[in-house]
Amino acid sequence: MSFVEAQNIWVRYGDAPILERVSISVERGTLCTIVGASGCGKSTFLRLLLGQERPTRGRILVDGAAIPGEPTPDRGIVFQRYSVFPHLTVMQNLTLPAAFERSPVLSRLFGAAKREAEEAADAMLVKIGLAHARDRYPTQLSGGMQQRLAIAQALLKRPKILLLDEPFGALDPGIRLDMQTLLLSIWQETGMTIFMVTHDISEAFRLGTRLIVFDKVRHDPQHPSAYGATITYDLKLKNGSALDAAKTAQLLAAELISTDKAAHV
Amino acid sequence: MRLINQQPGRGEKILLGALLFLIVIVAYGIASSLRLAENPDDKLLPSLGQMAKAFYEFAFVPDVRSGDYLLWSDTAASLGRLLSGIAISALLAIGLGVPAGFIPRARAGLAPFIAAVSLIPPITVLPILFIIFGLGETSKVVLIVIGTAPVMVRYLAQVVTEIPQEQIIKAATLGASTWQMIVRVVLPQIMPKLITSIRLSLAPAWIFLISAEAIASTGGLGYRIFLVRRYLAMDVILPYVAWITLIAFALDRLLYLYSKRQHAWAHIEGGAL
Repeated sequence: MSFVEAQNIWVRYGDAPILERVSISVERGTLCTIVGASGCGKSTFLRLLLGQERPTRGRILVDGAAIPGEPTPDRGIVFQRYSVFPHLTVMQNLTLPAAFERSPVLSRLFGAAKREAEEAADAMLVKIGLAHARDRYPTQLSGGMQQRLAIAQALLKRPKILLLDEPFGALDPGIRLDMQTLLLSIWQETGMTIFMVTHDISEAFRLGTRLIVFDKVRHDPQHPSAYGATITYDLKLKNGSALDAAKTAQLLAAELISTDKAAHV
Repeated sequence: MRLINQQPGRGEKILLGALLFLIVIVAYGIASSLRLAENPDDKLLPSLGQMAKAFYEFAFVPDVRSGDYLLWSDTAASLGRLLSGIAISALLAIGLGVPAGFIPRARAGLAPFIAAVSLIPPITVLPILFIIFGLGETSKVVLIVIGTAPVMVRYLAQVVTEIPQEQIIKAATLGASTWQMIVRVVLPQIMPKLITSIRLSLAPAWIFLISAEAIASTGGLGYRIFLVRRYLAMDVILPYVAWITLIAFALDRLLYLYSKRQHAWAHIEGGAL
C-alpha cells in the first residue's frame, strides 16, 4: 500500500498555474529525488508535502489520512539555508526539540531533563561528526557543518518523512559527496521516507530509489505561463545505480534543456 | 601612495579624533576672551574658568534655598523620567510589536492603529497630558512613551517579520507551539534589535523630556537650563548641555556593550552598529 499519495494536485498562484494533474504514490522507505528546471514547481510540491501550502485542487494523503494544513513534527524539513537557529549554539540547537516537548511554557530544560537531552544530542553530534563544534554558533560553522547540524536537528523528532529542499545546493563538490554519503547512511539506518529536491541530476540518480521529473508538457508560445508543470518522468531506480543510469541521466538532461528552450521560444 | 590607501596609526587616530574638539574649544576660548576683554561683565560667552566654577557650585555646593546639590538632584530627576519612559516603551515594543509581527490576527488588529498613533506629533499631546495627569511626573513619562513607543513597536514588528520563514517552519516541525516559537525563536533573536531601537530612541526621548521639563517642572536638567536662561546664565547652560551630552553618550555605549556581551551570536560577523 502506498505511504504518501498525491491525488490530482493543482496549484495556482493567482492567475498563474504552477502545478497541474500531479498524481503520485510513493511507498514507505522510498528515497524519492525530484528534479526539474527552475520555476517548474518542484519546491512548491515539497511545500505541499510539508503543509506549508495547500493545493488549489486535489489532496495529499499520508498513511491514508489527509495531511494537516500546517507543518508538524512527523514531517521533518531541511532547507538550503536558514535551517538552524543562529542565536543558539550547536548543542542548544539540538536540545531545542526536547525543550519544546517537555517544557510547554518556559521551553527550557533544567537538571536531569537537560542532562538527558544533552546526552542524546552528544550521541547525535558524534554521529554527524560535529562533536568538536558543540559550543559554537552556526555563523562560526562552514556551510557543510551547518547542513549537518540542520539534518541532525530534523532527525531528532524521528519524523516519518524527511523533506530536503536542495540541501546540498550551496556546498562545495567534495563536501557534497560527504553529505550524500551521510544522508544515505541515515536513510538506511532509519528507513525513513525521504523526498529530496535537487538541481543536480547525477545526485538525483546516485541517491534516489525513485526519481521524478517536473516539467511543463503543454506550451503556449503566446502565453508562456498559461500552463503548469506536472510529473513527466517517474523512474524507479535501484539505489546506487549511478553507473547504469549515467547514460539515462545524460539523455534526460538533454531533454530538460531542450524543453526548457522550447518553453522560452 | 594614494590618499585613500594611507592608514593613520594609533596615535595619529586619537590626535585626529581630538582635533575638532580642540579647535572648537580654542576658538571658543579666543572669542570669549576677546569679548571679556571688552566688557568683563559679558554674559554671552563666559570663560572656561567661569563655567568650571558654575559647574562646581552646582555639583558640590548645596543650594542655599533647598540644600540640594542641584546638578545631582536635576540629573536624578531627569534620568528617572527618561529611563522609566524608555523602559515602558521597550515593554510596549515587545508586548505589541512581537504579536503584530508574528501573529496574523494580531497584526490585522494592531497595525492600522499603531500606524495612526505614530503619526500624532507627540508635543501636541502634551497639553492633553497636563490636563489629564497634572503637571507631575506621570505626564512627562507618558510624553516620552507616546513619542518613542509607536516607532519602536513598528520597528520591532518589522524585525520580527524579517526572521526567515524557514526558521519558523523548522520550529513547527520540531514541535513548537506559537508561544514556544515566541519564547525560543523570536524573542532571543530580536533582543539585539530591541537594544538598537532603544539606542536610536534615546535622542527623541531626550527631546521630549527636555521639552516637558521646560514647560512645567520643578526640577530636572531641562528645567534648570530654561530657568537660568532668564538670567542669561550661559556659564550654567553650556556645562549643563555638555553634561547631558555626556550622559546620552554613556547610555548609548552602555547599551551597546550590554548587547555585545549578552548577544554574542549577533555580533560575531560584525556590521552591527
